[in-house]
Amino acid sequence: MNKTKQMVLALVGVVVLYALLKALIVTGIIGPYWQIILNESMIYVIGGLGLSIIYGFTGQFSLGHAAFVGIGAYCAGWFAITFSHYGIWASLGSLVVGMISAGLVGYLIGVPILRLKSDYLGIATLGFNFIVYDGMQNSDKLSSVLGGAQGMTGVPQFQTFEWYFVTAVIVFILVRNLVFSSHGRAFTAIRENETAADVVGISPARTKIMAFTVGCVLAGLGGALYAHNYPYVNPDSFTFLESINYLIIVVLGGMGSMTGTVITAVGWTFLLEVLRMFLSLLGPSFINLRGVLYALILIVVIILRPQGIFGGMEASFLVPYIGRRKSNAAAGS
Amino acid sequence: MPLLEVKNLGINFGGLRAVNKFDLEIQAGEIVGVIGPNGAGKTTVFNMLSGYYRPTDGTIAFKGRTMNGLRPFQVAQRGIARTFQNIRLFPQISVLDNVRIAFHPRAGYNMLDSILRTPRFKAREAELTGRAMNLLAVFGLEDKAEIKANGLPYGAQRRLEIARAMAVQPDLLLLDEPAAGMNPAEVQQLVELVRFVKEKFDVTVLLIEHQMGLVMNLCERLVVMDFGEIIASGLPQEVRENPKVLEAYLGRGAVA
Repeated sequence: MNKTKQMVLALVGVVVLYALLKALIVTGIIGPYWQIILNESMIYVIGGLGLSIIYGFTGQFSLGHAAFVGIGAYCAGWFAITFSHYGIWASLGSLVVGMISAGLVGYLIGVPILRLKSDYLGIATLGFNFIVYDGMQNSDKLSSVLGGAQGMTGVPQFQTFEWYFVTAVIVFILVRNLVFSSHGRAFTAIRENETAADVVGISPARTKIMAFTVGCVLAGLGGALYAHNYPYVNPDSFTFLESINYLIIVVLGGMGSMTGTVITAVGWTFLLEVLRMFLSLLGPSFINLRGVLYALILIVVIILRPQGIFGGMEASFLVPYIGRRKSNAAAGS
Repeated sequence: MPLLEVKNLGINFGGLRAVNKFDLEIQAGEIVGVIGPNGAGKTTVFNMLSGYYRPTDGTIAFKGRTMNGLRPFQVAQRGIARTFQNIRLFPQISVLDNVRIAFHPRAGYNMLDSILRTPRFKAREAELTGRAMNLLAVFGLEDKAEIKANGLPYGAQRRLEIARAMAVQPDLLLLDEPAAGMNPAEVQQLVELVRFVKEKFDVTVLLIEHQMGLVMNLCERLVVMDFGEIIASGLPQEVRENPKVLEAYLGRGAVA
C-alpha cells in the first residue's frame, strides 16, 4: 500500500538523518558547542510539540509554557542529583519525574484557569510563569540542591546526542498518533468551535484539561532533558521570554501542524545561534541587535504568511490512510 | 410515556422574563414545529433543552429522566442532538472529521490505545470511519469527505450539520431554523431530507422555523410562541386559522 511505503521511507529518512548527524559529530565537524545546540533544538522540538497540542491543536492560549519546562528541569535535576549513586537509572528516572511533576502541576493549575478564554487565559498563564520564576529564585529555601537564584549545579550530563534525538523521535511519533485519533479530533473540535463540540457530546472542560496536561508532560520532558544538557540550571532560562520562544515556534510553524512545529523548533534554535555568532563577529556591541533582528524576521514572516509557515499542512507520510473501501464493507450505519 | 416532557419551563435574564410557563410533550416519532415572531423565545427554549441555559423554573424530562442542570455535552450523550440557526461546523477540518468527531464519546478506546496504536484502536477507528462514510453517503457528501468543511456550499454545510447531529445517534433532533437562507427549491429538498432522516434513523424531530411553507408541509403538530409564552398549539391547519396566531404574526389591525 502507498501509505506503508511512505512510512517506511520516512523511517529510512530518520535513520539516514541520524547517521549523517552522528557522522558529523564523530568527525568533529559538529564540535562540542554545536552539539549542545543540536541537543537544545531537540528539546525545543519536544517542548514545542507540547505547546502545539495546547495551543496549535486545542486553541488554548498559553504564555507560560516555559514555567512547565522549568518545573520539569528542576524536579528532574533534583531527582538526578539526589539519586546520582544509581547512575544511569537516576537519569532515566529523572525524565519520568520531570514529566510527572510538570504534568501534575499542569493539571492542577489547568482545572481552575482553563475556564478562561483566549487573552484571559494568556494573562493567567503569564502570571503563573512569574509565580514559578519567583519560586525558582527562592528554591534554595526548599532544598539547597535547587540552588535558588544561583542556579542548580551538579546534574549529571548526557553527553551523547542519541538521548535527545531518539527521545524527540519517539515523542514525535506518539504525538502524531494522538493527533490522528478520536482524542486528537476532540482537541481540534474545541479549537474550531467549542459550542459545536459541546453539542456533539464532547466535554470542553475535560478535553481542555486533558490537552493541557499532555502538553505540560511534554514540557516537563523537555525540561528534564534541558537539565541534563547544561552544566547548570538557572531560573533565568524559564522566564516569560522563554515562553514567547515556544509560542513563536508554534505560531511561526503554523497552528495545528506538527511538521511546522518540528521544523521551526530546529530552525529557530539555530537561527538564534547563527545570529549570535554572526553579530559577535561584528563586535561585542552588536550582540544586542539579536533581539531586533529576530523580531524583524518574525514580523516579516507573519506578514507574508499569517497562517504560519506550515499552517494547516502536514507532511503527507504522517497522515493516516482512510481505509474507505475496506471499512465501508465492514460496518453498517 | 412521552419522549420529551417539558413542564412549566421559565427563564429570567436579569429582569426580563424571556420564557414563561412553557409546556410541551412530544411522543416518539413525531415531527413538531415551534413557530412565532422574532424574539418570541423559541431559540431560548432550544437553548434550555440542550443545556446552554439553566431554566429559572420548570422541569425537562427526557425518556422519563429529568435533565435539569445537565451540561450540553451530557444532554448530547443522553440522546438529544441539535443544529444551529447560524451553522456551526468545525470549519478548518475535513468533512469526514466533522462527522467522526461526533463519535468521540463512544469511540471505545482510550488515550493509551491512541498513542500506542493498539489493535483495539485500529479496529474501532476503522469502524468509526466506515460509519462516518456511510452517514456522509446518506447525506450526499461522500465525495466531499476529504475537503475542509468551510469549502462546502451553503446547502451542503446545512446537510453536514444534520449529518453530524445524526452521528450523535440521537432520539430527539432539534433543528433551529434549518431553512434559514434557503430558496424555495432548497426548502423543498430540506423537507424531503428531514422526512427521510426521520424514517431512516427513527428519530423524533423538533424544529424552529420562520418559513410557514416548510412548517405546514412537514410538521404534524405546531406550537406557536409570542412574548415568551405559548399562544396556540395543535394541527398546522388549526393553528393557521387561530386569530391569536394571525394577530401575533400580522398585528392587531390586520386581523380586525
